[in-house]
Amino acid sequence: MISCLPLDLATGALLLWLGLGLSGLLLGGWPTLACRLVFPLSSMVALLLTTAGFTALTATPDHLQLRGPLPALPWSFQIDPLSGFFLILLGLLACAVALFATGYFRSLPGPALRRLMLQYHVFLLGMGLVLLAANAFTFLVAWESMALASYFLVVTEHEKADSQRAGFLYLLIAHLGALAILLGFVILAGATISQGGPFSAMLHAPLNAFWAATAFLLTFFGFSAKAGLLPLHIWLPDAHPAAPAPVSALMSGAMLQIAFYGMLRVDFLFLGKLAMWWGPFVLMVGLATALFGVLFAAVQTDMKRLLAYSSIENMGLIMVAFGLALIFRAHGLNALAALALAAALYHALNHAFFKGLLFLGSGSVLHGAGSVAMDRLGGMIRQMPQTAFFMLLGTLAIAGLPPLNGFASEWLLLQAFLLSPALPQSTLSAVLPLAASGVVLAVALAAYAMVKFYGIAFLGQARGTRHAHEAGRWERSAMALLSVACIFLGLFPGVLLNLLHPVLQEMLGQGFAIQQGLWLTPVSAQRASYSPVIFFLGMATALGLSFLLIWSFFGRPLRRVPAWACGFPIRTPAMQDSPMGFAQPLLRIFAPLYQAERQANDAGRWRVRIGEPVYRGIYQPLNRIVFWLSAQVLRLQQGRITLYLLYSFLTLLILLALWR
Amino acid sequence: MTAILLEGMQILLVAFLAPLFAGLLRALRAILQNRRPAGCWQNYRDLYRLFHKESLQAEGTSWLFRFAPYGIFGAFCLAAGIIPILATGLPLAPAADVIALVGLFALARVFQVLAAMDTGTPFATLGAHREMLIAGLAEPALLAALFTASLLSRSTSLSVIVAHLEQLRFALHPSMVFAAAAFFMVLLAENARIPVDNPATHLELTMIHEAMLLEYSGRHLALMEWGAQIKLVLYVAIGIALFLPWGIVPAAEIAALPLTLLALPLKFAAAALILALVETLLAKLRLFRAPEFMATAFLLGVIGLLSFFMLGA
Repeated sequence: MISCLPLDLATGALLLWLGLGLSGLLLGGWPTLACRLVFPLSSMVALLLTTAGFTALTATPDHLQLRGPLPALPWSFQIDPLSGFFLILLGLLACAVALFATGYFRSLPGPALRRLMLQYHVFLLGMGLVLLAANAFTFLVAWESMALASYFLVVTEHEKADSQRAGFLYLLIAHLGALAILLGFVILAGATISQGGPFSAMLHAPLNAFWAATAFLLTFFGFSAKAGLLPLHIWLPDAHPAAPAPVSALMSGAMLQIAFYGMLRVDFLFLGKLAMWWGPFVLMVGLATALFGVLFAAVQTDMKRLLAYSSIENMGLIMVAFGLALIFRAHGLNALAALALAAALYHALNHAFFKGLLFLGSGSVLHGAGSVAMDRLGGMIRQMPQTAFFMLLGTLAIAGLPPLNGFASEWLLLQAFLLSPALPQSTLSAVLPLAASGVVLAVALAAYAMVKFYGIAFLGQARGTRHAHEAGRWERSAMALLSVACIFLGLFPGVLLNLLHPVLQEMLGQGFAIQQGLWLTPVSAQRASYSPVIFFLGMATALGLSFLLIWSFFGRPLRRVPAWACGFPIRTPAMQDSPMGFAQPLLRIFAPLYQAERQANDAGRWRVRIGEPVYRGIYQPLNRIVFWLSAQVLRLQQGRITLYLLYSFLTLLILLALWR
Repeated sequence: MTAILLEGMQILLVAFLAPLFAGLLRALRAILQNRRPAGCWQNYRDLYRLFHKESLQAEGTSWLFRFAPYGIFGAFCLAAGIIPILATGLPLAPAADVIALVGLFALARVFQVLAAMDTGTPFATLGAHREMLIAGLAEPALLAALFTASLLSRSTSLSVIVAHLEQLRFALHPSMVFAAAAFFMVLLAENARIPVDNPATHLELTMIHEAMLLEYSGRHLALMEWGAQIKLVLYVAIGIALFLPWGIVPAAEIAALPLTLLALPLKFAAAALILALVETLLAKLRLFRAPEFMATAFLLGVIGLLSFFMLGA
């Protein structure tokens, strides 16, 4: 009885979420009450799910089968350490986001709130079910309900043309992806697909090299459509600004990672035997995505759009780590694969927290200042001091600065890269450290983009809004929770890595070296060590001592004076860098990539428009080809019955000729 | 116990002798340019003067502006404890390896840039985005150089790298020669030296590092200047540790310390001479030539990495 506890807990939590969504539908007439009741309860349910995830890490994998719509198609659920880890990620993020939503949606009118509450909880339910699904049928149903619910959430403000366009693009790409995943599962499941394609039958699917590669490519395509990898990322930068902040936080923090969960399950557990080229392929796609994402993040002028591109970058980094794990695994170096995979999973969790925090914070800015367009913000640190403080922590974390969490996972990734000389293949081991330099470039430019994000919106003089109000109590507590999570994961990476042990054990048959105390030593203390706590204490001591000494010797109260600014008397907010101005050096250095167009508007201001090269280079030609093909097909349709009879006759003749 | 004492001594030595090194560099440069130097101790006089002046805070700045000088100074003091300058195996050394050290420098830089943006003045933000650009392009080159050293010694811990390279004595490593060239270029870029930035400039439009300090005065400015001097010494110390490690011995071998104390000033003086020569011979690059400079550094780092794999040394 005890052994089936985690699965019962998890399914119970998901049912409770569904119930909360439905009760939101009923309570919509009393918006304040509904917000105050449903979302905090939803947050507690999320904690329940987290508990289930934690217990699943140590419990034996468990299975549950229910009768489905057809006798041959059962609903099937399972829980194992891998899904447990992602349930923890989902639960913790959903817990904080629901707290935020309590305050954030309080001003929404009744009917809209009703719809939102239902869709929000169906979205959470869908994500949870994907993690628990144990056959292809359940997985795809959950996957689609997740996609559809998030589509409705993206078009919450459906009267706006931008929202409609973003929603359509999202739906289109989501369905292309789902189709590819379905085909992949069909290959993997073989004959058992008629029984719903149980995952247990897919384990180490006996496929030859060709079909294994096809299944790998199809599922990788499908999942990367959701994960926002190049070139399927184009829905992401449109969908996030359109969706409400808590939804963006969930989509970016959790849904993208669930796509990663799908890749992990298929590639490590189902395909098992990896071909040599898969790892380098994934790594290349990841690196290209990371660099692309960060270069475009740096030139955005909308806070949420910038964060969306930064999500693309972070998914790229996770894919780099995943690709590295695939490479090591394909060469049988399981210990190194465990290191790379630990870096990937760690970064996935970190990304959920800091990106969740940043999206929630930009939601607060939207409510407090009325805009997330960076050329109308500035100086928010004085108007929203607490939000600004939490956002500073999130910014430092995502910029990969020690001792916060983003640095710890990137550090592990670089350590994994530096172990590449162990590979028997010399070309690969020589090229991998170069890829590591690419990762460093992406991380360094991420610092550029994030400094821009924080500096333009929160520092300096106000560009437009001067009377923003601080976020409410619920919002601030949610941001505080995520900040604490970022700090904790940054200071105590060993705790998390020890938790990951069963997950890695399940995937690779080999765990990660158990971490002792405050030290992070992936291989040996001789090889590399990092202690965030000592690092932090050392810096705090040095900082405190220097402050005390200088204050006691030379301390005098500060005098506030107008800024000197090299003696220029006129000082308007327009003299600061604009969001585009801050990115000007990048615009100039990487000019061919951006294809920037400068236009002067009527007010005599320059505007810079950035093209999306992938959209122009791939999607528009594709679009033209599709239109051309449909125009050709249209020639068949002449509207004359005689012609159609002729078509039927000809078809019949051809069939007869073929069949003989 | 000796290790802890040695650690404390190292941090204090770096902190209090950094202005001397920067002063020596200034004096050498003046001599090479046929000017009369103000003496090696000028930086101490400047710091003394600044510390006794009143600090002003620009209107509209937040706590970040006041916090940044201490944060930056604290970060560099911690870095001074991590890098093996007097000896390897110091107590703080395992807390951070080279990658974390680069992260520590990045942390200090981000605080400096955020403080500059906090003032909301045009030149400060101009300096801020330029600084982030230079740093963003320099970091891959820096890590490519550091990776070469760590692949060679199978460790990313600076202490272990130094111990390993020290044992090799005068074995020839072609990869390390390229890495040294790359590292030197990054050193110039990261410390706002010619040809990327000019520490003595008074022309607002060409400034990078100095532009970010425009609003600082009094003790805050003193801390920022002092921090920059410590940073220069730290970079030189990393360079010495990686490429001229001879004489840096484990903390347990206290007997070898006099030799180290004799060799170190010589190495630093040589570094000052080279830096002064480079700064006299080169002219400052236009800002948009700087990416080419970084790309060259990165390329050298890459050649270092590749030659490690091809030659195995």
